[in-house]
Amino acid sequence: MKAVVNHILPFSSVDGPGNRTVIFFQGCNLDCKYCHNPETRNLCGHCGDCVKSCPTGALLKRENKVVYQKDKCVDCDTCIKVCKQGASPKTKEMTAKEIFAAVKKQIPFIRGITVSGGECSLYPQVVEELFVLAKEAGLSTLMDSNGMISFKEYPGLLQYTDGVMLDIKCFKEKDHIKITGHPNTMVLENAAYLAQLNKLEEVRMVIVPDLYEGKESVKKTGEFLRKFPGFEKIRIKLIAFRPMGVRKEYAHYKTPEQESLEEMRSLLQKMGFETIILI
Amino acid sequence: MREISKTRVEDTRNKILDIIKSPTLTHEQKVANLANAADSLMEVLDVPEGLEELLSPGIEEKCICDLFEGQAPVRPRYIIPDYAKFLKEGSEFLQLKPPTDLMEALNHLLIFYKHVPSVTNFPVYVGQLDELLEPFIDTVPEDVAKKLLKMFFVHMDRTILDSFSHANIGPKATKAGYLILEVEKELEQAVPNLTLKYDPKVTEDEFALAAVECALHSAKPSFANHEMFSKELTSEYVIASCYNGLPYGGGSYTLCRLILSNIAKRSKDLKDFKENQLPYVCDIMARYMDARIKFEVEESGFFEHNFLAKEGFIHRDRFSAMFGLVGLAECVNILMEKEGKAGKRFGHDEEANDLGVEIMDQIYAFNENHHNPYCEITGGHFLLHAQVGIAEDVNVSPGVRIPIGEEPKELVDHLLVLSRFHKYFPSGVGDIFPIDLTVHKNPEFVLDIVKGSFAKDLRYLSFYSSESDVIRITGYLVKRSEIEKLSSGQAVLQDTTALGMGAAKNGHILERKIR
Ligand code: SF4
Ligand code: SF4
Repeated sequence: MKAVVNHILPFSSVDGPGNRTVIFFQGCNLDCKYCHNPETRNLCGHCGDCVKSCPTGALLKRENKVVYQKDKCVDCDTCIKVCKQGASPKTKEMTAKEIFAAVKKQIPFIRGITVSGGECSLYPQVVEELFVLAKEAGLSTLMDSNGMISFKEYPGLLQYTDGVMLDIKCFKEKDHIKITGHPNTMVLENAAYLAQLNKLEEVRMVIVPDLYEGKESVKKTGEFLRKFPGFEKIRIKLIAFRPMGVRKEYAHYKTPEQESLEEMRSLLQKMGFETIILI
Repeated sequence: MREISKTRVEDTRNKILDIIKSPTLTHEQKVANLANAADSLMEVLDVPEGLEELLSPGIEEKCICDLFEGQAPVRPRYIIPDYAKFLKEGSEFLQLKPPTDLMEALNHLLIFYKHVPSVTNFPVYVGQLDELLEPFIDTVPEDVAKKLLKMFFVHMDRTILDSFSHANIGPKATKAGYLILEVEKELEQAVPNLTLKYDPKVTEDEFALAAVECALHSAKPSFANHEMFSKELTSEYVIASCYNGLPYGGGSYTLCRLILSNIAKRSKDLKDFKENQLPYVCDIMARYMDARIKFEVEESGFFEHNFLAKEGFIHRDRFSAMFGLVGLAECVNILMEKEGKAGKRFGHDEEANDLGVEIMDQIYAFNENHHNPYCEITGGHFLLHAQVGIAEDVNVSPGVRIPIGEEPKELVDHLLVLSRFHKYFPSGVGDIFPIDLTVHKNPEFVLDIVKGSFAKDLRYLSFYSSESDVIRITGYLVKRSEIEKLSSGQAVLQDTTALGMGAAKNGHILERKIR
């Protein structure tokens, strides 16, 4: 069983507690307008458009496939800008064992691993296998997910997952569809399910004033989560939209005012959430 | 005493006039420089033959550097007084009885500091402040304690005009320790340097995290691998000056350094380096250090007459000496080039890193075989020291560091290289990492790295935020704003600012890779 990996970040300070190695998988089942890594959304279709654009000859076309030579790459990311498919030629198919070999080097500097994306839940088996290996090595395991697959159907995966950091892009269904192209029924179902299991580590909301009513959504989300015992411990991350990395057609969205973020923070504080992080 | 030439006297007189007229030196700096100028006229040391040729050329050529210790050492380079004894018993010479409350304890220490000599004339070690002050901390209300500590630290910063002075805390959390971190975080000052002796088995996470928070504001404390230092120097060790591990109640007579890159330059090839040049230079430097030590112990009279020795605040037999080195990275690169392997560079290529280890093994073995009768405390041997460099160093990286601008892309790769080298240096080695501001929100990230590093035999790590005013130059701290003042021609309080300015220019320290 293999998964397509966009890249592995050895040390990260922003993907869960402490220092963690993060595995970014390739491919996503949502299509958010403000996606900050649009090149991770789709799998490469091997159209070959990017090959000519590479300044160092790191990309080749061989037997109708685009081949990436890492040792020649200078990470200029021209290929990613050229690609019209929302993909990257720099991805790699890897087994859980291969991924773990890349994680191992970071021990003992890290306390855990986080799988992210793209969308990690597109590869439930590989993630489960990887988490089994991580647990054997004493590492904690977190998933950073958009919650579009039903976690209920993967008890094995959840058994080896310490927590899920879940995106709730918007509470209102209509706006969720506007932002992502999909309804949020499954996301909220997962949020409830994970909260009951005490595995909802973090809920993330990207605040984009031009797209939806942030304060309203934050309030509703808070009220929704408050029903579950132990909700106080769920870490809430409010992420201000920034144009960095976002596709041209959506990069004009405005960054929210610090003041309005602070308002949302105090709203959540009043509800009893203990950890609210503004980024 | 040997004669010296008339030209040397004339040169020195000109130098003296320059010092007197200098627009940027403060009065204290002038006095210190004048003393050095006078000392430079002395010829009393029984130095080994061949030294001159290795010591006197410019920085592109010299193989040995004695770091401005002068021609006739009037005191050991680094002195580590037993402050605990002082606070317990007072001092007859200083006419002080033991302190009874926090106010007296702090006042006593400030008085004592003015009587601790060193190569820079300022104390390089100001004490294990948490343990020293803990017994007094409850003699006043907490807000008063904090205020007093604040005044104490401000006093140090403005009167110890040199950030080579170093305070220690840890490994155990104490009320005094927490207060010190709190105060230092608020003050954001360069002096004193501060180290947390850290042992994940002894130090509570909460205390260590408070230290990280403080470091990301004021570039201190640094983290010392307590378990490692204790094994080598016993628990009676301190961190002084930049990051030097030294025996408590003693210190270091002297510190000289090999400039490894220049030894590589004068070698025909790798074989010549290993078999002839390196052993030759090591031998001369060791005998030069022997000569300095002999003069200090047998002739200077320091250990007979100074009150620190007379009252037992220091003990002659707790002194050792530091056998320093710089430029391992450049040395390896030059040797690889001479072997026709130019692309294999230190920090990146396994073969180059292996060569670095071989060179260190050879220097280590040399030191183990060299005997000095006055270094009893360290088994009759010197302590190896990865020296942090001086402002004049050009194309010479501190100690065993990977050159700035060539750091591996990933921090983990950087740390794994370092983990092969830190173990050689009981009297100090360290690396510095500017950290991106986002981790302000995640100090546990930094602490995880420290824990992993110490498990991997790293000895000493410093962090600072890429956005803070106080930054770590090579081992000592300087304020960016003070460097700017000095480069626009204004006088500044601390002499280390000038060193920092030189290092910013020649050592590219402002261009370190941000993690
Ligand atoms: S990032 Fe893409 S375009 Fe740039 S060198 Fe690498 S493969 Fe080529
Ligand atoms: S990365 Fe994009 S542009 Fe390149 S071959 Fe794949 S789909 Fe085509």
